[in-house]
Amino acid sequence: MAFDEKTEGFNVVGTRPDRPDGIDKVTGRASYGADASKAGMLHGAILRSPHAHAVIKSINLDKALALKGVKGVVTRADFAEGLTGENWNVLENVMAGEKALYDGHAVAAVAATSQLIARDALKLIEVDYEPIPHVTDVDKAMQPDAPVIREGQASKAVPAGMHPNVVDYHESGHGDVEAGFAEADLVMERTFTTEATHQGYIEPHACLATLGGDGRGELWCCTQGHWNVQKICAALVGIEQSALRVTASEIGGGFGGKTAVFIEPVALALSRKTNRPVKIAMPRADVFKATGPTASTSMDVKIGLKKDGTMTAAWGEFRSQGGAFPGSPFSFTAMCAFAPYALENVKQIGYDVMTNRPKQAAYRAPGSPMAAFAVESLLDEMCNQMGLDPLEVRLKNASKQGTKASFGPTWDRIGLVECLEAAKEHSHYAAPVPEGAGRGISCGFWFNHGGETSVTLAMSEDGTAQLMLGTPDIGGSRASMAMMAAEELGIPYEHVRATVADTATLGYNEVSHGSRVTYASGLATIEAARDTVKKLCARAAAKWGIDEDAVVWRDGCAVPSGPNAGDFDPLPIGQICRKMGATGGPIVGHYEATPEGAGVSFAVHIVDATVDRETGATSVDRYTVIQDAGKAIHPDYVEGQYQGGAAQGIGWALNEEYIYGEDGRLQNAGFLDYRIPVASDLPMIDTVIVEVPNPGHPYGVRGVGETSICPPLAAIANAVSNAAGVRMKDLPMRPSRILDALDG
Amino acid sequence: MIQVSTTINGDEHQFVCDPRETLLDVLRDRLGLTGAKEGCGTGDCGACTVEIGGRPVCSCLMLGAEAEGKEITTVEGIADGEDLHPLQVNFIKHAALQCGICTPGILVATKALLEENPNPTETEVRYWLAGNLCRCTGYDKIIRAVMETAAEMRENA
Amino acid sequence: MRYHTPDSFEDASAIAAAASGTTRFLAGGTDVLVQLRSDLVEPDDLIDVKHIPGVKDIAQTADGGWRIGAAVSGAEMMAHAGLRAAWPGVVEATDLIGSTQIQTRCTMVGNLCNGSPAADSVPALVAAGATATIVGPNGTREAAVEDIPTGPGRLSLAKGEVVSALNLPAGHGGDAYLRFIPRTEMDIAVVGCGVSLARDGDVITSARVSLGAVAPTVLLVADAATALIGSRLEEAPLAQLAAAASAACNPIDDKRGTIKFRTHVAGVLAQRAAKIAYDRAGA
Repeated sequence: MAFDEKTEGFNVVGTRPDRPDGIDKVTGRASYGADASKAGMLHGAILRSPHAHAVIKSINLDKALALKGVKGVVTRADFAEGLTGENWNVLENVMAGEKALYDGHAVAAVAATSQLIARDALKLIEVDYEPIPHVTDVDKAMQPDAPVIREGQASKAVPAGMHPNVVDYHESGHGDVEAGFAEADLVMERTFTTEATHQGYIEPHACLATLGGDGRGELWCCTQGHWNVQKICAALVGIEQSALRVTASEIGGGFGGKTAVFIEPVALALSRKTNRPVKIAMPRADVFKATGPTASTSMDVKIGLKKDGTMTAAWGEFRSQGGAFPGSPFSFTAMCAFAPYALENVKQIGYDVMTNRPKQAAYRAPGSPMAAFAVESLLDEMCNQMGLDPLEVRLKNASKQGTKASFGPTWDRIGLVECLEAAKEHSHYAAPVPEGAGRGISCGFWFNHGGETSVTLAMSEDGTAQLMLGTPDIGGSRASMAMMAAEELGIPYEHVRATVADTATLGYNEVSHGSRVTYASGLATIEAARDTVKKLCARAAAKWGIDEDAVVWRDGCAVPSGPNAGDFDPLPIGQICRKMGATGGPIVGHYEATPEGAGVSFAVHIVDATVDRETGATSVDRYTVIQDAGKAIHPDYVEGQYQGGAAQGIGWALNEEYIYGEDGRLQNAGFLDYRIPVASDLPMIDTVIVEVPNPGHPYGVRGVGETSICPPLAAIANAVSNAAGVRMKDLPMRPSRILDALDG
Repeated sequence: MIQVSTTINGDEHQFVCDPRETLLDVLRDRLGLTGAKEGCGTGDCGACTVEIGGRPVCSCLMLGAEAEGKEITTVEGIADGEDLHPLQVNFIKHAALQCGICTPGILVATKALLEENPNPTETEVRYWLAGNLCRCTGYDKIIRAVMETAAEMRENA
Repeated sequence: MRYHTPDSFEDASAIAAAASGTTRFLAGGTDVLVQLRSDLVEPDDLIDVKHIPGVKDIAQTADGGWRIGAAVSGAEMMAHAGLRAAWPGVVEATDLIGSTQIQTRCTMVGNLCNGSPAADSVPALVAAGATATIVGPNGTREAAVEDIPTGPGRLSLAKGEVVSALNLPAGHGGDAYLRFIPRTEMDIAVVGCGVSLARDGDVITSARVSLGAVAPTVLLVADAATALIGSRLEEAPLAQLAAAASAACNPIDDKRGTIKFRTHVAGVLAQRAAKIAYDRAGA
């Protein structure tokens, strides 16, 4: 796909205007998932398994149904039958069938006239469980004696002889790894582990559903992708896709976790059963127990390094559990591991493993942060041992345009070298490491994504524009889309109103994931605006009686393309639009496509940390993020993504983890003991926006949302290891682990 | 059911509620004031923060019945009509929100801070807001917006 | 659930004594409401003590001690200059409970009666030699704070008994409370340690040392106090203090910490808290 590129001379792009939804969000007016109501609405609640693994022998609903105010109960029998593939997996996760597969697995749901009655009714549902052996650890789940989650799930790629819990396999690379190791002056192999972490969005999943006997429904929910919700829910409750209109509410954080459905089909089923609107808002404990954390991993990594810092070979095996279903990001972990480096000999292997844990969901650059933790930690240890500067070694081996990537493709224009150079020049890296502190750096990589996208831009008679987008705004995207539209149309930013349209009013849009929104919806916005401009120019051409090609668009006006085109005064957008009814009808621009030029992005993080050697407590004292954005449309929100990713990474590195007891039950299903960073835990997070344009976007935009969480795990582990003088190979680096490591 | 009279954002309200209902339940489900959010229901996230007697309170950790005779300010009551509070202006200007779900609680909590301490240090702001979880921003721009507002309000005082 | 708003502790006690099901007293509600929401405890009778006159009072008694009402919040204690000057460790310990929002509501009596071995204010109260005033069907009695919890979530209070106030002696030296948590705020103590001591010149003449979150109840550690008394906080007595504190631990492995970690950090915190208390006693 070729685009008219524009890389300089911007009027709006690169500025920092107020976001259009700002006032709504600071006054409490903005309407999120749980904020909608309807007349006659019921409240739904979901009963969940207290067992990690159990056969459901029977469910008795009589007492619950007898409670005053209870209007209906649903179980698996109230959903579609005969589903296959991922639809079956999602249904099985949304409402258990024959077995409860993890602590928190839904088994029944009730709708009642109040939240309190609904919750009371759950206590009256009698489920007869037969607990069976369970496994929650990825390595144990691969052992021959591990309990089988479900037979027959393995893909054809899985090597023969593996446990049925191993359901998928990845292998990629090039060159001769053993020969590469033989050339090295130092070869080191280490094992690393990371625990499962949750996206931790502050807004629990919530929805309001209406579904009548005629099979037509309305659904309001907080989601990263409402067409996806439409598609899956329609299948799970057995109605036609277009019969279900889904509206995306304001969304209170997603980070990948709201790309899946959990409660929406349940609310629809309850609504159909009761013939009333049903709202479900998940309690926080349910969010932790039953919505997607990311995978936990166990990883072996081996690198060969020459005295001059050249990496001669790299090998890694990455084992990843994604709960009781196939689908952990094991292949992304493997593919991202060595992506920052130009390697002649590289091989990576990945395993997807099932356990008795909740079905994993995407979490910001799924799979990549763990890989970076393993590779970048080992590299740091090797640099220390060989007395090499860790930044220089990374620069020496950095991938660049033309490098054959570790997982196959040849890189187009990429910005890793520019990020490393910026890190080297940054005052943070130049400053001496403070007394008692340790410094860590790390690179990180993420693919970024394009995906199906549809945008409509409709002109109003006063020359202002309505921009209809299909990607839920998870971080200020309405502002950046309006900026790109304003840039193209040559009108003030405030004259563009950007709206996230519902599924009944725009073509299909893939989920807001893969850091795709500013890239793909942005590209579509620019192209829709250019389509609009073409139509505006045509109206001017008709008025002037000249050829359409003889009109160009400049600063919000149609103007003749040159002296030969004719001598006409510029025709402003407002004048063209005011007459549009009489000059050919509404002026509307469109763009529908699946853009595939999302440029990959790299980041480099620098961290200073100190460790209390008596208690094992860690303090992150200074933090700098350097990342390639391609082109920053609204720099405030680019910086915000960098800072947010770093903060989530800090939590993952130090304190966040899913803690399972011997009984396979989750021990910390709340923000009290699932410890995300609080304001007093963090320093200011400095940011540097590097701009190496992406050839696949008209303005050079690369996705920025995900790459920022790739380096922090390793950067912090390196800082802590260097401060403590011992290598930390397991995350999180909780204080007891650090003390144990210091004890040797 | 319990009958309760209270003042919210300067307006008198009467409501009846189950004794188990929290103030947050009452605000959202009975009075239609959905600005306060439920992020956890257990006082860990601060998204439901309201102000009572000049102090921030988690409305999820207070019964509706306990609101009898109280004067309560929610996020809906921070602006003076169309005139935004300086904190609201600066949160928008400094991009101190991404998804915005934590914003109501943070604004209410911060307003109470600046009324008690017009000249807080960065550390004081961070500790005051430790009970207001934000997962999007890393807190950086929030802290900057608060510090900037405090400075502005001191200048204009 | 029935919600009661008695206007005297005698009435509160009578309601509790007459109740047949689960009864809870409500002050700040920062534990009770969490338990209610988490389906851990749904009381049949909830008795709100905040309508009782005097429950919000911080009063100095004739002998220079302090009487702190059952509904005095952490924020109100922090705002009381006299109490802070006399018992900084107790006030700071209470201030560590939860967030700013929690501070608006949480109370020391609630912290004590929740019965958690990890309660932050309780080790500080025990170190300070605080007592509780208890109103019950048979009248009013006093009990040492360390005698009230008997195990996680269990108290020595009889049916119908309610704590109406906490009493601190006249401040005579210095006190301090430190806890270890993984974050900087918002966590439950993994280990807590309170130290209260008095000095004659440089020499410690009396001391009380308590530990939280390392046993089923908050501990008063006599051996740790013995290590301090007569010392100037030199290296040897500090080492003895740490050893005594660690030796007293009888913790569990759980999601918040390991036995090994708690046992070790108890000694570390005892030393650090003792230094602060020593400096305060000399000021």
